[in-house]
Amino acid sequence: MTAGMRPSPTACPACASAPAAGHLAGPSPSPTAQIALSLPTIHCSACISRIEKALNADPRVNSARVNLTLKRASIDAGPDVTAREMQDLVQGLGYEAHELDAGTLNATATNRAGRDLLMRLAVAGFASMNVMLLSVSVWSGAEGLTRDLFHWISAAIALPAIAFSGQPFFRNAWTALSRRQLNMDVPITLAIVLAIVTSLWETSLSGEHAYFDAALALTFFLLAGRYLDHRTRAIARSAAEELTALEVPRALLLRGDGSGVEDEVNVADLRPGDLVRVRPGGRMPVDGEIVEGTSEIDRSLLTGETVPVFAGQGQEVSAGEVNLTGPLTVRATAVGADTSLHRMADLVAIAESGRSRYTSLADRAAKLYAPGVHILSALAFAGWYLATWDLRTALNIAAAVLIITCPCALGLAVPAVTTAASGRLFRRGMLIKHETALERLAEVDTVVFDKTGTLTSGSPVPSNLSDLPRRDVELALALAEGSSHPLAQAISRNARAAGIVPAPVTDLTEVPGYGTQAIHEGREVRLGRAGWTGADGMEATATFLQRANEPPVAFTFVDRLREGAAEAVTALRDSGREVILMSGDTTPAVEMLAGRLGITRWLAEALPADKADRIAALRDQGRRVLMVGDGLNDTAALAAAHVSISPASALDAARVASDIVLLGGDVSPIASACDTARAATRRIRENFRIATVYNIVAVPLAVAGLASPLIAALAMSASSITVSLNALRLR
Amino acid sequence: MNILVFLIPVSLFLGGLGLLFFVYTVRSDQYDDPEGDARRILSDEYDDHPKQ
Repeated sequence: MTAGMRPSPTACPACASAPAAGHLAGPSPSPTAQIALSLPTIHCSACISRIEKALNADPRVNSARVNLTLKRASIDAGPDVTAREMQDLVQGLGYEAHELDAGTLNATATNRAGRDLLMRLAVAGFASMNVMLLSVSVWSGAEGLTRDLFHWISAAIALPAIAFSGQPFFRNAWTALSRRQLNMDVPITLAIVLAIVTSLWETSLSGEHAYFDAALALTFFLLAGRYLDHRTRAIARSAAEELTALEVPRALLLRGDGSGVEDEVNVADLRPGDLVRVRPGGRMPVDGEIVEGTSEIDRSLLTGETVPVFAGQGQEVSAGEVNLTGPLTVRATAVGADTSLHRMADLVAIAESGRSRYTSLADRAAKLYAPGVHILSALAFAGWYLATWDLRTALNIAAAVLIITCPCALGLAVPAVTTAASGRLFRRGMLIKHETALERLAEVDTVVFDKTGTLTSGSPVPSNLSDLPRRDVELALALAEGSSHPLAQAISRNARAAGIVPAPVTDLTEVPGYGTQAIHEGREVRLGRAGWTGADGMEATATFLQRANEPPVAFTFVDRLREGAAEAVTALRDSGREVILMSGDTTPAVEMLAGRLGITRWLAEALPADKADRIAALRDQGRRVLMVGDGLNDTAALAAAHVSISPASALDAARVASDIVLLGGDVSPIASACDTARAATRRIRENFRIATVYNIVAVPLAVAGLASPLIAALAMSASSITVSLNALRLR
Repeated sequence: MNILVFLIPVSLFLGGLGLLFFVYTVRSDQYDDPEGDARRILSDEYDDHPKQ
């Protein structure tokens, strides 16, 4: 947050208690800072009050509020407060806390749309209840003036209520019609308008049948479907936004005067030519060239390679790479949207998106349904008009047909099921981002996995520790303790777990980019890269231990499988889907993993474009491909696939390109998600069938002129309730 | 049946009151944190910052 650098007119606590001093110093540009923290572990009222009390106890905090539903705290504090201080404060209480980028949490637009829908739903519900009460007395036999009075009151309630509540449908129908298309909203709008017009006409002639209650009930049920749909998507969007907001884009900018002072700035404020310091463990914020320092960099998210690459002066680096051992100073050559990370977006744009080619079940139903209903109603109108030459009767019957066939249940059929299914999958750690993702997931017959970061966790495990002489392992452990490099940490973790005690060494130093060295029994010993320890390079990931005048000893590593990877692959294969492995990593590494998981089709050393092309080829063979990947090199493939999943640890670009985000570290829910998706589509089809059955029963009555507003109301409510109950049966 | 002249406006007024109250709760963000609010009401500390 830039608030930390803003000059504050009231920098001392005493001035804060004398607000006049602040006023004399002129109005401050923005007197407060909004800080958002993610608190994933809070769960009870005691957590709320403890955190709020601690935050509010800080004199600089104006107010702090914990939201238990979103597991977030929003803090309104003085301009000199940084998010880091607040985070430390909460962590001091024993709760996990992460800073959220307040700019990314742009939930207001979603909130406003949801609130708008809820308001319309409330008005429609209120009006339909009142009109229904009035209608009940009409149905039970009110006559003459009383009936007319009730009809007029109903009209007075229904007209403004529908004018307000029906707007979403009217607007959608208008957009579709002006593009000369038909969607579900066209028959809805026509039915509502026709019902109101004929009812008004009937009422003015003191007729018997008025459909005000049906028009309102229709609006109410359909709005309920829309609201469910909106809520499901808003929850998914807010969770996805939170993942993005967790990666606060900060960089350490070196001042241009050569003083070596670092300023923490927002990545968006960097310019080409700036010198940026990247600490070990940090991610490159820009594309650039290394001007100082040596280290190793992990490029697995960009290329899929698991072996870290040496990085020294003059070498080019790309945004998104992770610096492993030594601090680096990088001169930025491209920032923000110009970085290679963002250029990948072009490739994604070229890959034809799976979701744009898919027509949802609801749209397919609408395509069949909308013309059918209009033709039927027009035929009923024409038939009755020709038979009786009575415009009033004919119009009445046409309206009855439209109302009875109106897609009340159809409008609820999809949202009720997707809400239930998304809720279930969310509890299992899957976030459904796209509205048709579930339907597309149900059709999948081929699953393509990326290797690094998707099937493997990206953290290495030593593979030959038990085969090596104990004295070598003891010495390697002693050397490994001096470094935070992932390979060194893997050695130290596993050796310690095997009960090995480090050999005594002195003068332990880390040489960034190469390894660690020390003095053992009077001789120099080294643990590190092949070239530095005098060893020949190996295909597999390895590090080498060298004693002076002795041949180097290789420590090899394999990538650890992600939790649930083996189960997911087995379950997917057992359910008759083909599993393919595609990776940018070296052939031996990919071949070994494929063998371990029993995957027969695999592709190694694949470039990003190769992956997307392969998926396009599979698609042309008529396959429905599910792509699971996390890296930048997967984004084009994720967009090209029929449906795509990425883990929460993936780069932001990959998460944006995919339809579903896997929240936990475990990948096994993928297989069960496919089954849930199948069950959900089955329920949706069932719902369509139920709605059709109701129509088949009621339409002949309407066409024959036997339908009364009572029958319309019964058919509508009964079908909507059956459809919602059927959706709840989903397991 | 003359009683209807009073009853209908009265029932509409009461229903409208309910609707207005609901609109007020939506506008004042009372559905933002249903889980937290359900627990806050059980807390024995007096909440003197109910809502920003």
